[in-house]
Amino acid sequence: MNIKAFWRDIRFLQVLAQVVFILLLALVAGFLYANVSANLAARGLTVGYGFMKNPASFDIGESFIPYNASDTYAQALLVGLVNTLFVTVLGILLTTIVGILAGVARLSSNWLIRQFAGAYVGLIRNTPLIIQLMFWYFAVILQLPPVKQAIQLPGPTFLTQRGLFLTMLVPTETFSGWWPSLVVAIISILVIWFAFQNVQQSRGMPLPWWNKLAYILVPALILWIGASLQPVPPLELTVPALNGLNFKGGVRLTPEFVALVFGLVIYTGAFIAEIVRAGIQSVSKGQVEAARSLGLTTGQTTRLIVFPQALRVIIPPLTSQYLNLAKNSSLAIAIGYPDLFSIAGTVFNQTGAAIEIVMIMMISYLCMSLFTSFLMNIYNNRMRLVER
Amino acid sequence: MSRKLFSVFALVAVMALVLSACGGGAAQSPQVVKETVVVTVEVPAAASTPAPAPVAGGDRLKAILDRGKLICGVHGSFQGFGFVDSAGVWSGFDVDFCRAWAAALFNDANAVEFRGLSAQARFTALQSGEVDVLSRNSTWTVTRDAELGLTFGPVTFYDGQAIMTKTSVTADPAAGLKALEGGSVCVQSGTTTELNLADAFRAAGVTYTPVVFEDQNAAFQAYEEGRCDAITSDRSQLATQGQAVLKNYADHVILNVVMSKEPLAPAVAQGDDKWADVVHWVVYGMIQAEELGITSKNVDDFLKSDDPVVKRLLGTDDSALGAKLGLSNDFVYRVIKLVGNYGEVYDRNLGVFNIARGQNDLWTKGGLLYAPPMR
Repeated sequence: MNIKAFWRDIRFLQVLAQVVFILLLALVAGFLYANVSANLAARGLTVGYGFMKNPASFDIGESFIPYNASDTYAQALLVGLVNTLFVTVLGILLTTIVGILAGVARLSSNWLIRQFAGAYVGLIRNTPLIIQLMFWYFAVILQLPPVKQAIQLPGPTFLTQRGLFLTMLVPTETFSGWWPSLVVAIISILVIWFAFQNVQQSRGMPLPWWNKLAYILVPALILWIGASLQPVPPLELTVPALNGLNFKGGVRLTPEFVALVFGLVIYTGAFIAEIVRAGIQSVSKGQVEAARSLGLTTGQTTRLIVFPQALRVIIPPLTSQYLNLAKNSSLAIAIGYPDLFSIAGTVFNQTGAAIEIVMIMMISYLCMSLFTSFLMNIYNNRMRLVER
Repeated sequence: MSRKLFSVFALVAVMALVLSACGGGAAQSPQVVKETVVVTVEVPAAASTPAPAPVAGGDRLKAILDRGKLICGVHGSFQGFGFVDSAGVWSGFDVDFCRAWAAALFNDANAVEFRGLSAQARFTALQSGEVDVLSRNSTWTVTRDAELGLTFGPVTFYDGQAIMTKTSVTADPAAGLKALEGGSVCVQSGTTTELNLADAFRAAGVTYTPVVFEDQNAAFQAYEEGRCDAITSDRSQLATQGQAVLKNYADHVILNVVMSKEPLAPAVAQGDDKWADVVHWVVYGMIQAEELGITSKNVDDFLKSDDPVVKRLLGTDDSALGAKLGLSNDFVYRVIKLVGNYGEVYDRNLGVFNIARGQNDLWTKGGLLYAPPMR
């Protein structure tokens, strides 16, 4: 009688199911491990990271950190990781802007803008990313004119099939002595913001508009004083100019980098647009009507009422879009950008260390994704509805 | 939420542990591990694993014969060497060697299953036993031979890395790498080409930027569109792909710079000498046949020959060379009859691209092809 009850006890069955599941999982993992080690032994192969210290002896097209062919495989992989991180960070920033604009445009009262945003989302979401990357690279960027007939845009910015040449402020050797004033300038903006908030709360009304000039003037003054303390200006303007066969000066973005960032931003932006639209539509109409009846303007309603509430719906799926962007950047290899996946592939081919390289790649992408989720979760917790 | 995060980090920690466990052992004492591995090669470790899994030492030949067809790893989109057309028909120099092995094994040149492999995947496919033999314009190097656990066969094509540029950059093939100063070079990833490129430009003291593509056709496309000033690959590949892919081949010039030796050879997984022997001797048989003037057209006439060298080669006496390899005694006859000798295979696939025999001619004609005695 007791034994029967024991088998029917739901609490016992629940625990049993979990134990069985864990055992099965361990069994599968054990089998995979045994299989790999048996086959490695049969082939006379060893697993280890000793090769990382050997010279890579291949060149990499673009790098944000120093690298040449006599550096180690470890350094080469690091170059790839930094290249991937750069694309990811820039991609996330730009795709957020594109996504929010497109999402708001989807709800615009202007017929043309609404249809245009709808077509963008429909077209981009329903074609594979790799085809879009190929399109941007081969059919758009490589079709730009050669260096000598470059298209000139204001800036000046030059568009050529060898890349984008931008006018940009670049740090000089005194930059390291100057950046603390950059930090102070950012802190000053926060201080001003808090001060204005306090004044507004005590008075019950906002300050006149010209007070907001302080946001620009105070940090500018701090930066200017900081710069004047240095013997040479900490930043200098570099302007691209045609010199012989190529451009001298300016900052050059390679066609591969531009195509990859552009492709990822456009693709992910379409998904984010839908998330933003869903977020905005999830805010009940009564909220907007209440804001209007309190006398808030359209801009204030969007900024202070709709968006904070929409964000609660937007942030969790937005996080997964950021993660997708980071992971999709590994398609770079199709268009020749030396990201982590591309360089790891080369290293793997030179050394034959398949398992080790795959492990490095998995852990790198995993850490990147976990760190992104970590930051987004902090943000999400801040924006969450506080329940009592 | 924090608890969830913790469990995720715990997972990472476990993975790192697993990693250090499998990596650490080898890293601490690589010498010792290597030695024990040498001892365990003969152990039939994978005997109980199911069908497509690797076949341990010495069983591969039997496994292929039992299966009734050869699985051959080739290039899928390289005209002249390994190419599958829109009708699904495989052709090419490397492909014909697969057919030759199939002819020797089964007296049927079509008893082959071709696997088109990328440059990246090719050696893994061989290591994991997915293919029996790799005939995919692969360069024989010491690292691949020793570290990747492969055994390379006889060289079927002596190649060398070259660099092609546009006549608008330089029209003089003797201009040297200096003509490319500051330029960019398109190159395919996962090949020895990347390394030779770095070495050659470093030796010449010329600066350049590599643009690396996973796919050779993408590299050619980017080169043609003007992304790169030059493209580098094996000389044979530049000539065949150049003629097949580029719009106007006459606007391009291959520089007279020899950047490397590229002996292209078939490869099998290490530790299976009997199967490696078969791969070797079929190729040598085809070279020997060309030397003796035996072709697919006249091979039947040679069956009546009294020349002892011919008789041994074609298995018409009782020296039983085939049986020693685990094949039928007339295996060379089958290969020549069904596929042809080395020269026929060369002309059939590479003749249309006007690639001179050069080093790939018989030793008697000033080339490097030399088959050890078949006796």
